[in-house]
Amino acid sequence: MTLGRLIRMLWPPVLLAAVLIAGWQLAAGYAIKNPEVLPTPSQVVSAGWGQRRAIAHNAWPTLRETELGFAFSFVLAWVLATAMDFSPAARRAVYPLLVASQTVPIIAIAPLFVVMFGFGIGPKILLVALATFFPLAASLAAGFANADADADRLMRSMGASRWRIFWTMRVPGALPFFFTGLRVAITYAIGGAIFAEYAGAESGLGIYLQQMQQVFRTDLVFATVAVIAIGSIALFALTYLLERWLTPWRKHERAGREVVR
Amino acid sequence: MTTEFLLEAKGLTHEYARAGQPPLQVLDGLDLRVREGEIAAVIGPSGSGKSTLLNILADLDKPTSGEVHVGGGRGVAYMPQRDLLFPWRTIEDNAILGLEVAGVKKRAAREQVAPLFEEFGLSGFEYAYPAQLSGGMRQRAALLRTVAMDRPVLLLDEPFGALDSLTRTQMQLWLAETWQRHGWTIVLVTHDIREAVFLADSVHVLGPRPARVTRRFEIDLPRPRNAGTFALPEFALHERELLDALLNVTA
Repeated sequence: MTLGRLIRMLWPPVLLAAVLIAGWQLAAGYAIKNPEVLPTPSQVVSAGWGQRRAIAHNAWPTLRETELGFAFSFVLAWVLATAMDFSPAARRAVYPLLVASQTVPIIAIAPLFVVMFGFGIGPKILLVALATFFPLAASLAAGFANADADADRLMRSMGASRWRIFWTMRVPGALPFFFTGLRVAITYAIGGAIFAEYAGAESGLGIYLQQMQQVFRTDLVFATVAVIAIGSIALFALTYLLERWLTPWRKHERAGREVVR
Repeated sequence: MTTEFLLEAKGLTHEYARAGQPPLQVLDGLDLRVREGEIAAVIGPSGSGKSTLLNILADLDKPTSGEVHVGGGRGVAYMPQRDLLFPWRTIEDNAILGLEVAGVKKRAAREQVAPLFEEFGLSGFEYAYPAQLSGGMRQRAALLRTVAMDRPVLLLDEPFGALDSLTRTQMQLWLAETWQRHGWTIVLVTHDIREAVFLADSVHVLGPRPARVTRRFEIDLPRPRNAGTFALPEFALHERELLDALLNVTA
């Protein structure tokens, strides 16, 4: 993407955000005038900057839980989606449970995990995985299922084995689907880690948020939320970079048939 | 098997099992013999079992009875109707797919296919993705992938069926010219009478289901064939003959 296109893509949301922040500044500064209820954006920024060490100190464990939980979820999604692709019986057995796993309210299960697994990183990894696992596995399974039956016949006529067909044809064909699921899942990831910390942890942004709420430092609550949002957006943007790197042919498809002859 | 024929199908019968009904008989004692270096067209009304025949020749399905022999025992190189180029592979890597499946290392396979690009009008497009190519180029790339498999017989399923009329004619002219140099043995399944007469040495007409070869025509038009071939009076006569045979079949 050229710089020009990037700017063209970014200015509308940046402009809208600027308008909203300006409105917020006016409402908080001239109408509400109580920073414990609603601090102004400038108060949020200066308070956040003042406490940057504490916020960073708490951000690291959260980031680590997000990373490990997401990695676990990623591996599990590939293993299960692959099993479902190879065996219709596995598909029938696993898919309904996969959907059921999505209906489990994380709020309800987070305290249980703490009771069962303690205050360490284990239950956080499990909760992040639970929050992100479904969109990953479901998009991947859909991508595999979307493989062209004629391409399968072509490869079989060449004498290809089931594994060869899987790696050569089904996996690359499923990648565009997978990236859609990845983008949905990654926006849940940090949120999942925060929830897990709410239920019990020694440090982390979830714990920090709780502590600041208890002492009515609404400005620092907002500052922390902003850090979480920026982190999530950064992860989201990362999926696009990864997609461009791993599926370089897609930009030609998006450009349409640029017929050369 | 007599050495005279590179591909020989004898007494092919095929039935599909159907729930609660007698099995559907699709092929009934179909014979097909193709000499080395011959282009044999198979033509028939739709629903006449062409795709079943293709599946059996490409070894994707077994006949209920009868047998297929291909010289060298390595099977045919199958080119499906749609190009089925993988969008994530460059044209070069699409071309080596068959060799890779056969266990040839990527580098060696690339070296092996490199000389073909010029002839297939694809030089300079080795590293392009399929989405960047026109329909005719994609079809040539698919044929290149088929030829690169280096099997004794090419099995082409309506290779130019999806192209517009002018591009199709250009491709037929190009194939006739390229065949002249390579002498490939080709089984060409088509529903295009003109294409069959222009390209083939023999045309096999399939009857309605259950199909067998009801008529076999020798097309003795002179080689090399080119745009002038279309204007020969014999060309029109063969076309007429074949049309009559097909109309009789469907009537």
